[in-house]
Amino acid sequence: MNKNLTWKLVLILAILVVFTIGIFGPPWEWAGKKPLQAVTDRIHLGLDLKGGTHLILQVQVNDAVNIDSDNAMARLKEDLRAHKINYAEITKPDPANHPDMMVIKGVPPEQRSDLQTIVADRLPEYVLTSGAENSYTLSMKAQSLNDLKNRAVAQAIETIRNRIDALGVNEPVIQEHGLGQYQILVQLPGVDDPARVKDIIKSTAMLEIKQSLGGPFSSQAQAYQELAGKPDAVVLPGRTIERSSDETGETWYLISRAAAVTGSDLRDAQPGTDENGQPEVKFTLSSEGGRKFYSFTSAHVGDSLAVVLDGKVQEVANIRDAIRDSGVITGRFTQEQTRDLSLKLRSGALPASINYLEERTVGPSLGADSIRSGVRAAIVGMAAVLVFMLVYYRGAGINADIALILNLIILLGFMGYFGAVLTLPGIAGVILTVGMGVDSNVLIFERIREELRNGKTPPSAVEQGFSHAWITIVDTHVTTIVSAAILFIFGTGPVRGFATTLVFGLAANLFTAVFVSRTIFDWQLSRKQRGEALSI
Amino acid sequence: MELFRNTNIDFLGKKWYFLAFSLVFSLAGLFSMIFWHGVPLGVDFRGGTLVYVKYAHRPDPAKIHEELVRAGLKNARVQAYDKPENNEVLIALDIQETSEQALDRGKIQIIQALQSNAPAGKLDLNNASSLTILNYLLEKDPLHLGADANTRYTTVAQASVNYRDKQKGGVLGSIDELKGVVDPAVVASLQDGFFVSDFAVRNVEIVGPQVGKQLQKQAFLATGYSLLGMLVYLGFRFEWIYGVAAVLTVFHDTLITVGAFSLLNWEISLTVIAAILTLIGYSNNDTIVVFDRIRENIKLLRREKLADIVNKSINQTLSRTILTAGLTFLTVLALFLFGGEVLRGFSFALVIGILIGTYSSIAIAAPILVAYQDWRQERGKRPVAMPARTGSRQDGSKEKVKA
Repeated sequence: MNKNLTWKLVLILAILVVFTIGIFGPPWEWAGKKPLQAVTDRIHLGLDLKGGTHLILQVQVNDAVNIDSDNAMARLKEDLRAHKINYAEITKPDPANHPDMMVIKGVPPEQRSDLQTIVADRLPEYVLTSGAENSYTLSMKAQSLNDLKNRAVAQAIETIRNRIDALGVNEPVIQEHGLGQYQILVQLPGVDDPARVKDIIKSTAMLEIKQSLGGPFSSQAQAYQELAGKPDAVVLPGRTIERSSDETGETWYLISRAAAVTGSDLRDAQPGTDENGQPEVKFTLSSEGGRKFYSFTSAHVGDSLAVVLDGKVQEVANIRDAIRDSGVITGRFTQEQTRDLSLKLRSGALPASINYLEERTVGPSLGADSIRSGVRAAIVGMAAVLVFMLVYYRGAGINADIALILNLIILLGFMGYFGAVLTLPGIAGVILTVGMGVDSNVLIFERIREELRNGKTPPSAVEQGFSHAWITIVDTHVTTIVSAAILFIFGTGPVRGFATTLVFGLAANLFTAVFVSRTIFDWQLSRKQRGEALSI
Repeated sequence: MELFRNTNIDFLGKKWYFLAFSLVFSLAGLFSMIFWHGVPLGVDFRGGTLVYVKYAHRPDPAKIHEELVRAGLKNARVQAYDKPENNEVLIALDIQETSEQALDRGKIQIIQALQSNAPAGKLDLNNASSLTILNYLLEKDPLHLGADANTRYTTVAQASVNYRDKQKGGVLGSIDELKGVVDPAVVASLQDGFFVSDFAVRNVEIVGPQVGKQLQKQAFLATGYSLLGMLVYLGFRFEWIYGVAAVLTVFHDTLITVGAFSLLNWEISLTVIAAILTLIGYSNNDTIVVFDRIRENIKLLRREKLADIVNKSINQTLSRTILTAGLTFLTVLALFLFGGEVLRGFSFALVIGILIGTYSSIAIAAPILVAYQDWRQERGKRPVAMPARTGSRQDGSKEKVKA
């Protein structure tokens, strides 16, 4: 055996070892694990195989833009007043489709440059364009608008992650989904009755503590009557209460627009019980929030305070003393509700509301069935190919079979190293890799046979066979990898798993069908007498 | 062993038969797509709700449908799913019952309708995940555990669910069946809070209208980009006419495969699209192998007519073509027969596609090349459908070859 060949064999063995470790993990981690366990620790099973819930959420990013432009409008009004610039009104003409757009009407022409300076100084994210009759349109710069929307999605992902982590779901996937449509993909392995989790994810959990200016009123109409002449108040619904033993009714309150503290001022929230054993949520404020709350409550001793959650008044209490940094939320909660509420408050509010676009749940029993049938199909298909190659190509068939098995080991090892996800279509991809991988071997072997028929000696036939087939193999692999890569970019979940195995499988095939197979041929030839026939 | 040795079949001479064959199948598929079944889209693209339910006994679709209608789901479709001994049904709701505001309303209605015998205030153990069981156990604490309750009950909940799903196929007959698996005190406590229905939901797919449209667009784009990528790569490696011929061939394969789904009224899901994209790659493989041989032979046999060279090339690669197709077909057939119901559409697309893809690289791609050549000659121009570049290994000559 010449030196070159020895090196090639050593290289192949080394690759075999490296990728076997990729599948099963390093030997020192094997202790006490079953082989199957070792494999699934490294190659993760997709949701369709292990069961769980797959959700696609749409973040209503316009909500976040509306909040931002509301704030901007409030700031602008203040500044205009401070600089004594006159205006008739500032409105948002189309908050649903153009949430960033504001129209300022009735600014006198001589104050135009003042207005421009204020916008440039105080609202650098907005641009001002003048329209007809002393009106101006204020809208957000495209770049800022984009940043704001992307920030909303990023923050929503963070919040949802906190909430799901607190629920104790193992290995959840929470990531941006799609191609810039502000969607989020959430995968929850092992959760197949997702109703409660979905509620927890979806609730915006916007906590505000505000001054109560009137109520409770027993109807909305009555509340609106009281609203007249109070520009800083809004009407909000409260809890349904039992008026008498057989009558329940709604309640309505007048609540101040401005909030004393909000959910972002919270440091912690925990479920607890009051002196009567009723479940409640205790919260503590951050030092900044505590300062705000103290100055508010000390100025309003004797007034009423409302705890507003997602636009609904949870409770109203009298301020007896200045409060610094803690409080409770009560309200006929069950224990589970207080647990969920404190979790949501701890994890922070969502920057925008959320819709569910897609929900897929796979029960674990289905996953187990799928694994069983997928593996069975793989074994049958693989065995059929291996046997056929042996029968058809005899000696060279062993060569092809070794290359195929090595191909599989490299494929699975790759997936182990990259922590790739194996889905049911992914298993199909493995099977297909076997079928398509053998193509390279067939191409080469048929070419070698042809060269032998043309009277070439075995070494030269092998040489010619490989060099002619190589170009074809590169072309065929490149085109298939191109379509698999496109599949990966456009696909999701299971389909992505398929594309992954196909790409890895074909890449490994380039190596095994050409390099490994060639080395085995060379090794066989080196042991033969000159002129002895090749078994092919 | 050798199956094909020195074949010498005049493939190009039979091009009219091939054309007729392809036309019949393409037109049948097209006809069905336009006038008969349309392109049957799966829930991924059309939107809607699918609930797969496994029963403890042989289900009666008609009776289930009645229960659903009573619950107000008039448009629900119920059909047996998979092998009869699996006791599974598929319940489908249209997109109207799947609004974006309350995506899972249809699913909840279905489950409530089927649980008509549910005792008030109890949860269904057959449709509870281990997380639900864990929360219940944490609240009741039947084993009076202190600090490590969470880990212990997690194990208990997991064991119960595993027993139900792996040993009992997803449906427990009664809570008593858990007696051998978990502590009797736990079983007693579970009996207070849970009941067992006669079914379990195995799989739910709910796709809102927005996602459906988005996926349709993505599937189209993916297929389009795939074809474009092929055209560009082959144009770069060979001549543009080779790319055009390959893309036309692959288009023909896609048309016939989609047509087969339409004729059989089988739904096209996301995984079927994945299969079709794989076929585009596969069929192209086959075509490239023949083209590569044509390119090689054109250099060797400068004096022969292109039609003869093409014929010769097809014959030379025939045994490889048939062998590879046969072996790939074997693996795909294994997938179709043993891969289970979930992969049925996917593997069916591959079965059809591999047959058509193999046929088309011989019967469609090569004749297109020759037809183009003849057309150029008729117009009195020099034939140029020759490769400008040759394989890098040989001589790297850039010269255009005269036929």
